[in-house]
Amino acid sequence: MSGKTLYDKLWQAHVVHEEPDGTTLLYIDRHLVHEVTSPQAFEGLRLAGRKPWRGGSVLAVPDHNVPTERRDLGIADPVSRTQVETLEHNVAEYGLRFFPMRDLRQGIVHVIGPEQGATLPGMTVVCGDSHTSTHGALGALAFGIGTSEVEHVLATQCLWQSRSQSMLVRVDGELRPGVTGKDIVLAIIGAIGTAGGNGYAIEFGGSAIRSLSIEGRMTVCNMAIEAGARAGMVAVDEKTIEYVRGRPQAPTGELFEQAAAAWRDLVSDPDARFDRVVELDAAGIEPQVTWGTSPEMVVPVSGRVPDPARERDPVRAEGMRRALSYMGLQAGTPIAAIRPDKVFIGSCTNSRIEDLREAAAVVRGRRKADSVKLAMVVPGSGLVKQQAEAEGLDRVFLEAGFEWREPGCSMCLAMNADRLESGERCASTSNRNFEGRQGQGGRTHLVSPALAAAAAVAGHFVEPAQLEG
Amino acid sequence: MQAFTVHRGIAAPLDRANVDTDAIIPKQYLKSIKRTGFGPNAFDDWRYLDPGQPDADNSGRRPNPEFVLNQPPFDRATILLARENFGCGSSREHAVWALGDFGFRAVIAPSFADIFFSNSFKNGLLPVVLAENAVDELFRRVQAEPGLEIEVDLQTQEVRVPGGPAFRFEIDSDRRRRLLEGLDDIALTLQHADEIRAYEERRRREAPWLIVG
Repeated sequence: MSGKTLYDKLWQAHVVHEEPDGTTLLYIDRHLVHEVTSPQAFEGLRLAGRKPWRGGSVLAVPDHNVPTERRDLGIADPVSRTQVETLEHNVAEYGLRFFPMRDLRQGIVHVIGPEQGATLPGMTVVCGDSHTSTHGALGALAFGIGTSEVEHVLATQCLWQSRSQSMLVRVDGELRPGVTGKDIVLAIIGAIGTAGGNGYAIEFGGSAIRSLSIEGRMTVCNMAIEAGARAGMVAVDEKTIEYVRGRPQAPTGELFEQAAAAWRDLVSDPDARFDRVVELDAAGIEPQVTWGTSPEMVVPVSGRVPDPARERDPVRAEGMRRALSYMGLQAGTPIAAIRPDKVFIGSCTNSRIEDLREAAAVVRGRRKADSVKLAMVVPGSGLVKQQAEAEGLDRVFLEAGFEWREPGCSMCLAMNADRLESGERCASTSNRNFEGRQGQGGRTHLVSPALAAAAAVAGHFVEPAQLEG
Repeated sequence: MQAFTVHRGIAAPLDRANVDTDAIIPKQYLKSIKRTGFGPNAFDDWRYLDPGQPDADNSGRRPNPEFVLNQPPFDRATILLARENFGCGSSREHAVWALGDFGFRAVIAPSFADIFFSNSFKNGLLPVVLAENAVDELFRRVQAEPGLEIEVDLQTQEVRVPGGPAFRFEIDSDRRRRLLEGLDDIALTLQHADEIRAYEERRRREAPWLIVG
């Protein structure tokens, strides 16, 4: 018999009941909640006269609708305001842990979970949000769910699940300088496609993944969903344990050591078998830029916009033509000739302190290009913002002509006031370049924080190392 | 939940791969705290030429004549024919609510994104996975004979076309049973309440750092 994968171990530790056909009642340790996907779940709970099974599993925060400037004025849009107030009423009614908009600990749900130690190795973590896969970077089984499932977890602390197939994406070798977790995951999506991970739980492994910090691994796991996989994960190592140590909700003292001993087993056994293995050479990965309207439409920054005429699959070729038309691009255009109107540094993919340091290192001593109308930095949480300010990063950005904002999802999906106007082009550190994602008619290019910063300075896409001055 | 047994209706061909949930229901309409009323904004960016507002009347807006669901008889379609990886992206169940509210009871595609697939079953919308050549054949038939009614039968696990072949589809037995009977998931799960409590007691002993509060 072969050994167990990390996914096997996490799955088996959470089985409450198994039906003969394999459908499993899986126990959920941590339930993260935000304002957009929860109101109908709480309403369902109330209408059925039910109560949360274990309210202590919940951590709730508003992030999608919150403004990123002048919070003292509250939320101007009445529909957004109602949604946030509905969350406030729901957490008060059921006595759930909640960080309100003006709390220093408020932020994007996938940033604050790990930051607070609310998500831990070995946990099952769910949230009504597809980017819940982020938490898998800690060696957790974390995945996004719909609102009916949010209600189901509130009421029962469990979910009915069928087991996914297992995929190992192994990235071995040494990364070139300036290549980040974001570039790795975009290259993976480019290789396997946005449907490549459908039905799979992906474990990211190999020396290049192990060389990443925990925050870098979060960026990679965050976009597992963009490869089609509900869950992405990385095995626990000493970096994981040191990351968790001392976090506000992490265990302490003897209990921490006991937990850490258990966490060290959260790795795939050497003889574990995966249903699919994908291998990438780290040395071959360049900084990546998406050119189209799906994250799989991605090329290196040194590349060119591809030509649909050279695509053999007719449905795919038509998709490429549609994307070029939407993006206002010609086949064959060098990526370096594309000029963004706006730059967005933020989102649950890239708004942690290391992301802001990476962008600030490029911006330091330089100025935003005049052709870039707006370059905004939106930290992932109040604590990230505080840390960045303690390091003087806010000054670096402000002196370069960037805007320094309050934490939230912001222009990743433009549910608040931050958005692209029709036809505007954006270099964005977020996760989706779908049509209309950042505002109706808006055109998104997904990049790393360093590339976004370099584009803001140069006025076009360029490798930071090639910037002048 | 609304049960699904057999449904017969007009199928609309949406000939694009990777249709994402942002396209099915754009973010500005996610601000609603209700489960209903999303139908008029399903595929909003593709369906209208002018922008809309959440909670606003859509009857005065300009429909895009190029979009398939604005073209009779597809405006009365109750089955959506789609390409690979339908429903990718965000976990928003609003996408399923919007399709249901528009009138769809089933979506047929070669593949679906996982979260969308699972959300569909919670709302009586049947996602049917057929082989790519079967989906191609359905596209050909529906495009050649607009208004063609096809039949989706969950009992026999078949998609039937008048005078044409029947395509068998696979579905896991647990999901099939729940949908056929329109069962309340939570009530079913709570029948396992003792097992859930026993699990929690065991985990509190074995891994006390996991179950806090």
